[in-house]
This record gives sequence, C-alpha cells and structure tokens, in this order.
Amino acid sequence: MSSFSVTEPSARSKWFAGTLVILYALITMVPLAWIMLTGFKSPSDAISYPPKIVFEPTLEGYVNLFTTRTRQTPEFLAANPPEKWYEEIVREYDMVIAGPSKFGERFLNSVIIGFGSTFLSIFLGTLAAYAFSRFKIPLADDLLFFILSTRMMPPIAVAIPIFLMYRQLGLSDTHLGMILLYTGVNISLAVWLLKGFIDEIPLEYEEAALIDGYTRFQAFYKVVLPQAATGIASTAIFCLIFAWNEYAFAVLLTSGTAQTAPPFIPTIIGVGGLDWPAVAAGATIFLLPVMIFTILLRKHLLRGITFGAVRK
Amino acid sequence: MTDSLDTRAAAATPVRVAREIRGLSDRAIAWIFVAPTIFLLLAINIFPLIWTIRLSFTNFKANRNRDLEWVGLRNYERILGDSDIWLNMQATAHFLFWTIFFQVLIGFTLAYLINKKFKGNDLWTTIIVLPMMLSPAVVGNFWKFLYQPQIGLFNYVIAFFTGKEPSSFEMLGSVNLAPWSIVIVDTWMWTPFVMLICLAGLRSIPDYIYEAAEVDRASKLRQFFTITIPMVLPFLMLAVLFRGIENFKMFDLVVQLTGGGPGSITELTSINLKREAFEKWRTGYASAYAIILFVTVFGLASIYVKALNKVKER
Repeated sequence: MSSFSVTEPSARSKWFAGTLVILYALITMVPLAWIMLTGFKSPSDAISYPPKIVFEPTLEGYVNLFTTRTRQTPEFLAANPPEKWYEEIVREYDMVIAGPSKFGERFLNSVIIGFGSTFLSIFLGTLAAYAFSRFKIPLADDLLFFILSTRMMPPIAVAIPIFLMYRQLGLSDTHLGMILLYTGVNISLAVWLLKGFIDEIPLEYEEAALIDGYTRFQAFYKVVLPQAATGIASTAIFCLIFAWNEYAFAVLLTSGTAQTAPPFIPTIIGVGGLDWPAVAAGATIFLLPVMIFTILLRKHLLRGITFGAVRK
Repeated sequence: MTDSLDTRAAAATPVRVAREIRGLSDRAIAWIFVAPTIFLLLAINIFPLIWTIRLSFTNFKANRNRDLEWVGLRNYERILGDSDIWLNMQATAHFLFWTIFFQVLIGFTLAYLINKKFKGNDLWTTIIVLPMMLSPAVVGNFWKFLYQPQIGLFNYVIAFFTGKEPSSFEMLGSVNLAPWSIVIVDTWMWTPFVMLICLAGLRSIPDYIYEAAEVDRASKLRQFFTITIPMVLPFLMLAVLFRGIENFKMFDLVVQLTGGGPGSITELTSINLKREAFEKWRTGYASAYAIILFVTVFGLASIYVKALNKVKER
C-alpha cells in the first residue's frame, strides 16, 4: 500500500532532499571539527597560513590547558630531566610544569552546579507540577504564565538585583548561590513541561491506587512517578544543558570559588596572547559531553524541544 | 511492614472519615508540594523584579556606600531621550530581523527536505541540531578564532571562493561586516531550532488532506501553498516568537564575539545594559533601562501572541 501512497515522496525527490540535508549537516559541522582539530595542534600550526588540515598532532594544547608553566634556566633544566610525557612536551619551550591550572576546578564547578541545580529543579518541579496538575490551585495558570514571562527579561536585568541580594546574603561566588539561582531560572520551565507530562497520565491509575488503600503520597511516588519517568528525564536534560551552558549570570556573580567553565575558557592566556590550542582543547572537553548526550538521547531531546515550545 | 499496617488501617477506617482525612491531606499535600517552588520563584524571579522597579526611581550606585536618593522618573526620561540608546536599539533590530529571516528561510527548507523521509534522516537531523545544544559563550569564543583575518578558517574559505586576499577583510573589526558576523554565527547556531519546530508542524499535517487534494487533482505547487504553508504557519510563528525573545536578550554569544565593537556597532541592548550596570555602576539608571526593555519585549510579545492566536483559529 505504502508504495502507492500519494503522500510518499518519490525516490528521486528523496535522493535530492537527502543530498541537500547531508551537505548542510557537513558544512555546519566544519566549525566544530575545526575546533577539535585545533586542540591537537601546536601553537604555531594553529595560527599558520594557509590553515593546516594535515599537521603533526600534539597534546600540547591539553597539557597547557591543565597546567601552569614557568620558564627555567638551562642549568635547572639540565639538572632536572623530565620524568613524565607531559613534562617532556613543555621542555621544548624551556619550561617546567609549576602546578595544575584552574581549568579542572572550573570544570568541576560546572559539574557541581549543573547537576545540583538540575536535581533541585526536578525534585521541586515534579512536586509542584503534580500539585498543579491534580489539585485545584487558585490562579494556577495565570501564576505559571506570569512566572514564565519573567524569563523574557534579559539575564543582565535580573542580575542587578540578584547581585545586590547575594552580596547582602553572602551568596556571591558560592556554589549554593549559583545552584539556587539556576534552579530559580529553570524551575518555571520545568514545572510547565512536567505538568504537561503528568497531565497525560490517566487519573484512573491513581484513583485505583487510592481505593486500594494507598495514601496520596504513596500514590504519587509509586504510581505517578514511574509513569512520568520519561518526561522527568527529558526535562532534566534541558535543565542540565541550560545550567551547563549559562554564561551571563556566571560571569557577573562568580569570580573564583564558584566560577564555571564558560566564563573561564575564553580567558585562557598563553605566551604572547591567546593560547588557541589550549582554548580549543578546553572548548572540546566542555562541549563534547553535551554533544555525546545529544546523540545518545536524541529521541527524548528532540521531542522535548518541540513539545516544550509548542505547549507554551 | 508499615505499608501493610497503613493498608489495613485505611481499610478499617469508615469511608466518610477516610474521605475527610484524605480531603484534608490533599490540600495539605498540595501546599507542601507547591510551597518550595513558589518560595524560590518569589525569591529569584518576583522579588528581584520588584526591587528593580524600586531602584529604577533612584540614583543608586552599587559600588558606592551612600544613601539612595529618589529621582522620580528622571532615569526614564534620560534613557528615552538618549540617542545612543536608540543606536543600540537599531543594532538589536538589525540583528533580530536578519537572524530570524535567515533562520526561518533555512530552517523551513531543511525541515521540508527532512520530511521527505529519506534513509537515515533522523541521524542527520541530530547532527544538524548539535550547534544549538552548545554553550553560546564558548561558541562565540571559537568563532572569534575562525574569524581571525589572516589565519582564520572562515576568511580562508571566503577568500578561496571569491579570490580576495584573506587578510583584506576583517569580519569582526570592520564596521560594515561586524553586524553580519554576529548574524552568521547566530544563524549557524539556531537554525536547527526553527527547523525542529517546523518539522513538528509538517509532521502534524495528516496524510488524508494531501490524499484529498490529490483526488481533486491539485498540483504539487498548489498543495504546497494551500496546505503545507498554512498548516505550518502557526508553528513557524511560534518559532519566530521564541527566537525573537531570545535574541532580544542576546548577550553571551555576541559579547564573546565582538564585545559590542568595533566602536559600539554591535552593542546590542543587553551588552549596553551590562556596561551601564556593571562597568559604570549606574545601578538606578540601569534598572530603569532593564524595566524599559522588559516592557518592550513583553508588549511586543503580547501583540504577537494575539496575532498568533488569530492564525491558529483560522
């Protein structure tokens, strides 16, 4: 039947469409591929003209990303032969490794704040979404819409009072402060999305459980939660990606202890200006998890984007 | 153990009493479940908004420890009368218009092609979607590298195809090209979003409509303009709304790419706002600015949503 269907595109138009889409996909990947390649170049290869596609790969960028280095006298260098492979790499520039750089810390901050705020958004968001979905709460819809509309404010505008408030409360540049902030920003969308998923679960399941003698709370976590698992997972991905990528609040409200990777990566400075291979290495390490995540979880993720957008 | 005890207790309770307890606990649970979220929203969303409104009537400076003075509407008057701010608005409008134009054009075309359901289309869709998942600040930072005059890949590719010298033009340094350089990166990054929404729209059109059109011998072109376009339009308009709001707020990507330069040619309103609030520390003035921006987006978005609902009703 399907081969006779009038809505099935012809083989030729499929081939044509496929070629164009693949072409676009390949072109759109060039900048990303280029950054990943640059991470394995030496600083001189990275800024050579014409741009080099074939080059001798080196881990210099990665070593520079994770370490701080100092220049040493020839006598010192002769007296202390390099022990590890990464020490050998910096020897070419008459340098020794002085210690770890801040990148590891910043990356860890991104992980802590990202997962912390995601967990909190999902935990509070699921409870609230369930209540909004199942109980009559006065003005629920208006309230939700108003809260969602505060997201129309530029982050810088929100950052002004948050900056003052955090300064008073001693929350500036702390993990807790950033986790609460990202949760506050994410939770309106999280509740909105989760309410959609919970609305889809038939009321009958819970009613049956209640009749069987479950309490409301038991019905919630034994019946509703497992049913909403997929929705919760895809909402969690969105919260995580937002917190992971966020820059405006991070650059204004953190400077040291709780600084995440996005404000840090552009400030990696090498000898004589930006150390592009190290910046590229940092970008690669930072972006790769999201890319792998996207490819692995594409079904939920793509559905979530359209679902979230269309519902609003 | 407690489980079975609960169960037994529940079974033993007379129905009327049970309903009463449950009715009570329902309300209690509703509030327990909602309260932390409401509290957080008040603290992070509503309270700052009110504080911003309050500050916008003062001459407060966050880096000085002096008492604030009420200045009434003076901040608002100064902002609306400032010609530099209108230049920032123009830069934002240019950025908004062209990013949306290209994203709708390319995004819809891609969605239309992907909807031809060629083999492997979902894998390629995922690859196309990758840029929009990335951190805008990091993306802006590495595009800066691609845009470098002599050594950048972008300049090299353009030079290769046009025969110009790759060092003869500076995407980020030239007054004429910088506004386009940010449009290009934003389009690269966010076209997939428009594409996904359009794809959802295209997939929502039931086959039988096309089948009926085919029976009526409507040409493919006619089907495209009388079925496909009108049915996708509400989705497309929604995508435009989201991109519009997001790009009105645009900060991270552009600040990393151009920092607002050269001069202030790509200084979008958000970047300007950051300068006022966190570099010049004119907190009161910046608060009034923030409120004006919020009212502008909110107003434009409300008008737009009304139009969108009309299209949906048709």
